[in-house]
Amino acid sequence: MPANPSEDRVREIIADHVALEGPLLPIFHALQAEYGHVPQLAVPVIAEVLNLGRAEVHGVMSFYHDFRKEPAGKHVVKICRAEACQSVGGDAISERAMKLLGVDWHGTTKNGNVTLEPVFCLGLCACAPAAMVDGKVVGRVDAAKLDRILAEVGA
Amino acid sequence: MKDFIIPDADYGTPASKSKEMVTLTVDGFPVTVPAGTSIMRAAKEAGISVPKLCATDSIDAFGSCRLCLVEIEGRAGTPASCTTPVAPGIVVHTQTGKLKTLRKGVMELYISDHPLDCLTCAANGDCELQDMAGAVGLRDVRYEAKETHFEARQNGEANPNWLPKDDSNPYFSYDPSKCIVCSRCVRACEEVQGTFALTIEGRGFDSRVSAGAIGDNFLSSDCVSCGACVQACPTATLSEKSLFEIGTPSHSVITTCAYCGVGCSFKAEMRGDELVRMVPYKNGKANRGHSCVKGRFAYGYASHKDRILNPMIRDKVSDPWKEVTWPEAMEFAAKRMGGIQAKYGKDSVGVITSSRCTNEETYLVQKLTRAVFGNNNTDTCARVCHSPTGYGLGQTFGTSAGTQDFDSVEETDVAVVIGANPAAGHPVFASRLKKRLRQGAKLIVIDPRRTEMVQSAHIKAEHHLALRPGTNVAVVTALAHVIVTEGLMDEEFIRTRCDWDEFQDYAEFVSDPRHSPESIAAYTGVPADELRKAARLYAGARNGSIYYGLGVTEHSQGSTTVIGIANLAMLTGNIGRPGVGVNPLRGQNNVQGSCDMGSFPHELPGYRHVKNDAVRDIFEKLWGVTISSEPGLRIPNMLDAAVEGTFKGLYCQGEDILQSDPDTHHVAAGLAAMECVIVHDLFLNETANYAHVFLPGSTFLEKDGTFTNAERRINRVRKVMAPKNGYADWEITQMLANAMEAGWTYTHPSQIMDEIAATTPSFANVSYELLETMGSVQWPCNEKSPEGTPLMHIDGFVRGKGKFIRTEYVATDEKTGPRFPLLLTTGRILSQYNVGAQTRRTANNVWHDQDVLEIHPHDAELRGIKEGDFVRLASRSGETTLKAEITDRVSPGVVYTTFHHPTTQANVVTTDFSDWATNCPEYKVTAVQVSPSNGPAEWQVEYDAQAEMARRILPAAE
Repeated sequence: MPANPSEDRVREIIADHVALEGPLLPIFHALQAEYGHVPQLAVPVIAEVLNLGRAEVHGVMSFYHDFRKEPAGKHVVKICRAEACQSVGGDAISERAMKLLGVDWHGTTKNGNVTLEPVFCLGLCACAPAAMVDGKVVGRVDAAKLDRILAEVGA
Repeated sequence: MKDFIIPDADYGTPASKSKEMVTLTVDGFPVTVPAGTSIMRAAKEAGISVPKLCATDSIDAFGSCRLCLVEIEGRAGTPASCTTPVAPGIVVHTQTGKLKTLRKGVMELYISDHPLDCLTCAANGDCELQDMAGAVGLRDVRYEAKETHFEARQNGEANPNWLPKDDSNPYFSYDPSKCIVCSRCVRACEEVQGTFALTIEGRGFDSRVSAGAIGDNFLSSDCVSCGACVQACPTATLSEKSLFEIGTPSHSVITTCAYCGVGCSFKAEMRGDELVRMVPYKNGKANRGHSCVKGRFAYGYASHKDRILNPMIRDKVSDPWKEVTWPEAMEFAAKRMGGIQAKYGKDSVGVITSSRCTNEETYLVQKLTRAVFGNNNTDTCARVCHSPTGYGLGQTFGTSAGTQDFDSVEETDVAVVIGANPAAGHPVFASRLKKRLRQGAKLIVIDPRRTEMVQSAHIKAEHHLALRPGTNVAVVTALAHVIVTEGLMDEEFIRTRCDWDEFQDYAEFVSDPRHSPESIAAYTGVPADELRKAARLYAGARNGSIYYGLGVTEHSQGSTTVIGIANLAMLTGNIGRPGVGVNPLRGQNNVQGSCDMGSFPHELPGYRHVKNDAVRDIFEKLWGVTISSEPGLRIPNMLDAAVEGTFKGLYCQGEDILQSDPDTHHVAAGLAAMECVIVHDLFLNETANYAHVFLPGSTFLEKDGTFTNAERRINRVRKVMAPKNGYADWEITQMLANAMEAGWTYTHPSQIMDEIAATTPSFANVSYELLETMGSVQWPCNEKSPEGTPLMHIDGFVRGKGKFIRTEYVATDEKTGPRFPLLLTTGRILSQYNVGAQTRRTANNVWHDQDVLEIHPHDAELRGIKEGDFVRLASRSGETTLKAEITDRVSPGVVYTTFHHPTTQANVVTTDFSDWATNCPEYKVTAVQVSPSNGPAEWQVEYDAQAEMARRILPAAE
């Protein structure tokens, strides 16, 4: 993962997708794939190339929580905050995760290993409470399972 | 739309243009509206206001606030009336038990996250949220919000949802704590203005209005401060700062902006005689409710401390000014002018009329020289801008004005913009054009510079012909070459509407291979292929229109280019219907009017030559004097004659020739040689440094009159406060005339308009009564078209048959060479206006506090110039210094600057070459050299010293 995004490289990535119909979201995805986040220096460049206002680019990007402004920790743990999970103990799991990691929602642990995020419904209501670890869903998360997950990601 | 005073009805959604009519029933009343109309609008037309927050009729329906719900018999649910179109026979109920409950619930939610500080809020009484709370009968709010956006601190801690007020824009503030996120501002910025500077960031409860991207505020974003968002905001979130300072207005007066030639209508909203704010007037036919940063906000010059309020005189320009009474000043001026005429002859004095003053004032100034001085020495600043338009369109079509109204742009399919940057010079027109482009119309830009029109958010010109300055005629002729040789012309139009023999002569001329795109590419710099494509696009358009500006006229061949443009329109049949035409974008508010009013030395009002006995007779009978049949002096001739010693006295109203006219050294020498220069202006302008009499002027807020805009529209200017200097400008001219025993007795400008109507056929039916009932009219307005003429040349040209004239390209004498290898071209910037006398005295300086020189990176590197360096800009005429801005907006070999600041004095550099037909100066082409510099040029130092000396005013005698 390149550490310092350069404008030249950003332009290359944009150029690879500019011919698509509706290229904005694919560009965000490609940038995030390359850098782990969408570097802010890309916003005015995307606006220039796609002939949009940079406010619009920002508006679209900020609408999607999954497009990051800055790099996340090495691992991302998402805990479902939707109704079904809340009804079977999701709240307690969330609070436990925040306490153990010592961060608030969207925070990253001091060692840079874990970012904790809320998510609204993973479609796994039958196995609630649900979580997602680095893109993989985990069902029936209880305190013990949570502790195990956090230990694995090196919290 | 916030509309506190005399609210203009807000219909919620834009009008439908459909011809098909639909009848429905709203609350028991039958309503008939065009198909496609929203139920909300139909209800409003029946007099029924459906509660709403996110809808306003300047922007498309959005359907987000859920307050405008209605019930329709036979349909399920409660659709939003803003997004639901009418259908034949539907029965709509806007007020049922179910709807009342729903609306109250929605309002409770809104109010639960809104500060209830109405009494101390700037929008108190001017707030749609407040109105809607009343309209739905909100009495209590059941929700106790745990999280809010409006409390800076919650539970003793800083509230992360609270955002501080953004005061970065000098004229309005954005207070996120009052925002209901209705998106009206975002949509207005996109749909009305077309800048796309705003967005909604985040989603759900986190949704916030954001100017620009992360780290931006309103000032650093793309915002151009047009005020469309402020206009659209239903709450105090986006409000004028003046509203905070002064309070809500108590009454309003409809008037006309005094900046550019678009001529926007505004409501001057007043409290007592204090101007609270200028609000674009929805029913203004030029602007349709839109505005720009100048007209809406930059009126502070009217009360600026630099304004001179007492008349002043002095013997010599080296003396300090002495404040005197009006009668003393008039006596002094009359005596001097009379003395000069007695000594040097009656032709030794003259006047310059102002394109910023009203038609009535201009008419009086030219009358002063024709009836009182007894000569035709009158000229106006149109000389230095659009005189070639008058000549070129007069020759080809028969009238010296644009052919369309601004509404016409809504029907154009291909627009050609030549030598104009409407986004800077005519912003409200630019917004209207951009809107049409976003609907799919195509654009061709012919300009040496890559302007905002070539590419900006959501618009992109199909073709940009980046020609070398000075080669307009070659490019325009080559376009005609392609149209004629490829057989793309509209033969039927030419045969029926134009002179066929003249066309054949012209066709033979343009078909010559030397006019082909390939032949001219070498010296115009325009790729032949691109030019051919552009010609085909324009010729193939259903409706092709041409809009042009000073980049066309201010050349040694300005008139030829105007003729060439008229030829293009005739060749393609693009004349005489909506969506087409030839449209000069006139620079100043009343430059069209000042030309109409007989400001030129060879023309009496209505463009009638002074040699025409019948015309002189009309005026002679009315004025009781003999009018000279000899055309008088043009501005450059006046200055030449002054240097030679035959022209000694000048009355210059509302124009700063020293700063605005070319070759400043020559202008200064001419003025210095005169024995009486009377400057009539708001400020001690640069010309006043050489004046003997200073008559303080009045602003457009302080007088009645009319301005005529670029679409020939005569708009009323209305007095909203007493003149701070004591008199309106027309009264001052009358005092001067009467001091020279003219015996004028006008008591109101309407009488002057009556005189204009009585003497000038194209104004025959114009009167203040007509303007009162119609709002505005476009001349010709006479027996044939009693309510004015939005489109000209519909069934035939004014001159009869359209006239094709050959347009031979002759390179300007101003040529680059080893000493002066670059071409300088000049222009404008959005926030400043003309010589800046007004805008420099407003907060608009935050956007442009000095003129800069745009230079291509290649040319800069060759000269070792870095961004922001002071550079010396030298031509054969003179030199100045300014800061460099390195950009590829200009081509290599071309540099660009503006002339808004007197300290730069760009016109020290420009030459005195001028248009062959009209003497319009060649501002747009000067051969220059640019080199690094340490500080101001010698001229600037001397000039500053002279200006400082010349501006001294003696303290009033005890």
